Amino acid sequence: MAETRLQGRPASPGLILGPLFRLDEGDAEDTAPADDPAAEHGKLDTALEQAASDLAELMADASDDGAEILAFQSAMLDDPALVEDARTAIDEGASALDAWRGALDEQIEGFRAADDEYFRARALDLEDLKTRVADLLSGRTGTGLDAPAGAILCGADLTPSRFLTADWQKLKGIALARGSAQSHVAMLARARGVPMVVELGPIPETDADAVLDARAGTLVMAPDAATRAAYATDREALDREVEAEAALLTQPAHLPSGERVACLLNIDAPEGVDAALLDASDGIGLWRTEFLFLDRPHPPSEDEQVATYKGLLDRLGGRPVIARTLDIGGDKPLSWANLPRETNPFLGLRGLRLCLERPELFKPQVRALLRAAPGRNLEVMLPMVSRAAELAEARAFFQACLEELEAEGVDAAMPPLGMMVETPASAVAIDTFDPAFVSIGSNDLVQYTMAASREATGRVAALADPLDPAVLRLVETVVRHGRATGLPVSLCGDMAADPRCADRLLAIGLRRLSVGPAALARLKRTVAGHAG
Amino acid sequence: MSAERAEVTITHPVGLHARPAVKFTKLAKTFDAKIRLRGAPDGAWADAKSIVKVMALKLRTGTRLELEAEGPAAAEALAALEALVARDFDEQHG
Repeated sequence: MAETRLQGRPASPGLILGPLFRLDEGDAEDTAPADDPAAEHGKLDTALEQAASDLAELMADASDDGAEILAFQSAMLDDPALVEDARTAIDEGASALDAWRGALDEQIEGFRAADDEYFRARALDLEDLKTRVADLLSGRTGTGLDAPAGAILCGADLTPSRFLTADWQKLKGIALARGSAQSHVAMLARARGVPMVVELGPIPETDADAVLDARAGTLVMAPDAATRAAYATDREALDREVEAEAALLTQPAHLPSGERVACLLNIDAPEGVDAALLDASDGIGLWRTEFLFLDRPHPPSEDEQVATYKGLLDRLGGRPVIARTLDIGGDKPLSWANLPRETNPFLGLRGLRLCLERPELFKPQVRALLRAAPGRNLEVMLPMVSRAAELAEARAFFQACLEELEAEGVDAAMPPLGMMVETPASAVAIDTFDPAFVSIGSNDLVQYTMAASREATGRVAALADPLDPAVLRLVETVVRHGRATGLPVSLCGDMAADPRCADRLLAIGLRRLSVGPAALARLKRTVAGHAG
Repeated sequence: MSAERAEVTITHPVGLHARPAVKFTKLAKTFDAKIRLRGAPDGAWADAKSIVKVMALKLRTGTRLELEAEGPAAAEALAALEALVARDFDEQHG
């Protein structure tokens, strides 16, 4: 075949040359005629149960985002409404397989007809579920992907289950005739670094190799000599870039001067964090403990909190974990806490203010942190501090809880107690505070200094500028005070994740920065490339 | 028992889609109440505990959501669900 170029849309970046491996897309065999409805209902029940347990098993093996995507299918499968129409069809004499396929096809069509691409993309999740149960009903066994190493998987579309059961050490790319950049498979591909192009249109059968360019969104089949040469050049450049970033990621970060910069992570629930990134970090610079308290009808018990805190600390094996105490308020209400509604929640009862006002909420967390501290590298950070008296009050609260635990004979210890610097007041008058350490919370500091909401748009959004001299002067004030007095100063917030801002922070003298997991490699690169 | 009502606007950029719908229906199921929802002002009502029905509403961002609940935990349920929607389902984005 002569060189054939198909144009689609990029869904996950990358570039790869390899043989095409075609997905087997035949529908399951038709079943024998239906038995009586009771028997068919029974078959459907068995298949649904088996599908649920297979999904649970796949979820246990899949990491983070994969498990979340399957959680959607699992919740759909768990809902009796999914099979209502299939049940009716069985009562009317259909086989379980036909009834199931019919009911699911109708719902899949419903999603395909949506105006919104996001909802259209959910059709594939249902398609996945349909195939899973249909295969069980028809006795068709797994359609294994026995592909040659380095192959590009191609087909009309790819389901999340198939993606998750495929071996991405062997397969190197995805080329789809249909597909969607908004699909769960596209999200997975981006997370795993698998190049993917969608909406290519019909892909001709061929034994020839192909170049999948997921930056330009093309699939070039049977590439000629010129295309191959261009591929080789591009490939080499990309490899060098990827290698450089990967090498930096796993190494401690150093400035060109050789000075070490600690690169930590801001995280919520630890399960959601890529293990490799956790390992590549110098610790946790901001652990937002709110995740433990949200989305549940009751607060977490002290014991549950102890287990969670110890779990992450032990996982980090001696690297520091800075846990921030509950930072909620009028803008993030807890269903069970009966918090007052405020007209201006960001200037209201939030963070430490709320915790001191509501000791019954604060106490279990404080006791849990004190219990997790012995023998572990735990530091505790208080949010939304405006004056020294609040810090003193919090310290007294921790001390009282510690004495209570000691009186009960429970193993506990006082961790270093630090504070966030996110109010202009605490930055301007940093010398009036005596915490064990501080971490500048740049998001709130920008918002409060510029009096411009983070959620603002247009003219107001332009004011929420982290590089405004007013913000930088406050940061400098804190860093200078830290250098003069030996107070450890770090910064956690979006500023550190933006290379332009991070560069300024390094110039100001910060040597301890904390970013979201996705920005860790970028931060280390910024550190390595910092001029001056 | 009379029904409790609440209204809240979906601000999550992609609407009440897969993950949010899982969270929403899971939370709804924890309350002893009959809860239904619809897109205001005249969308079809759906059972807030059924992810199949909730997804079928295809509620996009910017939609004004009406919630209605009956039962012992009706008020509590609405406060919790309203807060979840207002918090963008606790998803990080943008």
